Amino acid sequence: MCLAVPMKIVKIDSAGKALVKQDDLETEVDLTLIEDPKVGDYVIIHAGYAIDLLDLEEALERLKLFRAMEESG
Amino acid sequence: MSDFGHRLSTSMSLKHILQDRRLAEPLLQEIEKTAAEISRTVRIMEVCGTHTVAIRGSGIHSLLPENVLMISGPGCPVCVTPTSYIDNALQLLETSDTTVASFGDMLKVPGSDGRNLAGYMGGGRVRIVYSPAELLSIAEGTSGSVVFLAIGFETTIPTVAAAFLQARRAGLSNLYLYTAFKTIPPALRALLSSPDRQLDGFLLPGHVSVIIGVQPYRFLEEPGGVPGVIAGFEPLDLLQGILAVLRQTGRGEQRVENTYTRAVRTQGNPKAREIMNQVFEPADALWRGFGEIQASGLVLKGDYREADAALHFSLPPLYNLEPPGCACAQVLQGRLPPTECPLFGSSCTPEAPIGPCMVSSEGTCAASFRYGEAVL
Repeated sequence: MCLAVPMKIVKIDSAGKALVKQDDLETEVDLTLIEDPKVGDYVIIHAGYAIDLLDLEEALERLKLFRAMEESG
Repeated sequence: MSDFGHRLSTSMSLKHILQDRRLAEPLLQEIEKTAAEISRTVRIMEVCGTHTVAIRGSGIHSLLPENVLMISGPGCPVCVTPTSYIDNALQLLETSDTTVASFGDMLKVPGSDGRNLAGYMGGGRVRIVYSPAELLSIAEGTSGSVVFLAIGFETTIPTVAAAFLQARRAGLSNLYLYTAFKTIPPALRALLSSPDRQLDGFLLPGHVSVIIGVQPYRFLEEPGGVPGVIAGFEPLDLLQGILAVLRQTGRGEQRVENTYTRAVRTQGNPKAREIMNQVFEPADALWRGFGEIQASGLVLKGDYREADAALHFSLPPLYNLEPPGCACAQVLQGRLPPTECPLFGSSCTPEAPIGPCMVSSEGTCAASFRYGEAVL
């Protein structure tokens, strides 16, 4: 029940709802639970609510580690 | 680097990278090497049901060295909810004209007499919600009371709090919550303090941690603790988490470590917690498999208690009573592999489940039935 997926904010309306998108999937989510969401941010969606922002810089750093392991291995 | 930059232009490609078998190889080799240096069996509990499904669905459990065992923990909200909770929900449907709203996972869980909520779907009295946000329109469109079966861990609880506040602001006084929320750290404490525990480390739940952050797990670093590693849900995330537990075990360390840094901040999500704490306060809670754990639940607080379904409808207190032969209680504590339950796969299957561990898609028994092999 703790499934959550990252999606990108494409539009924010005045009522604190956002249109989020991933590939061909578009859906509306509630942004109440997160601080300062902006169009273009990736958010982690659980049960119709964004529960936090996804940090792409951190993701990139982590992937560099994996790649380094692959190259040295 | 630029390659990753391009491929990272959408997070879906991130997902694909994190499933890349070539990148998994070196991690698996490192796991192999680290495990070989530990001359005993290492038992790692994945606390979260979503982890259970991710580990078993990706086949990772079968790729691990022989001395590394993944044990499923109590992290399936449906599974740890006592049967008497279902009985009370059924009683509500029978003795009042209340509409009951629920996450879909709960519908097929049998009450103590074998009946379930799905049996009431036809009359429109039971409504499935994917998001608590739907409760607003359900309450708006219903003249009588609406009771939401509020189960879940810290990942879900803030979403219910937000929806509840939105309903209050909209003046919807017919929405009640029947809370059976659970919080994870007290359950970890209970598992640690078990006198005959066989547990060398925790893979900590990624999305619970998005909300609560790192701090609530710090007690794992005290004497008698074990390594605790927050992990994500893609194959590379899981391997990295398992490797981190093994490395700590090899070095004799017991630290709380966060390997899911793209989603989990050290401080968690303070705003979500603030909204959660505005509506709910800690209370003792009854867990299937564990009994009562102190301050491991959350209930409506202050003036909001008028919307507490248990109080408003005078529902009987919860108690634990397992269906005859059902070993769900031991399975939830990681003491028994599902396949050793006498009902497993014979009288208890996902199509006709007897215990909740077989009902929920995230239940240990259901995962074991679907993907084969024992979890222990």
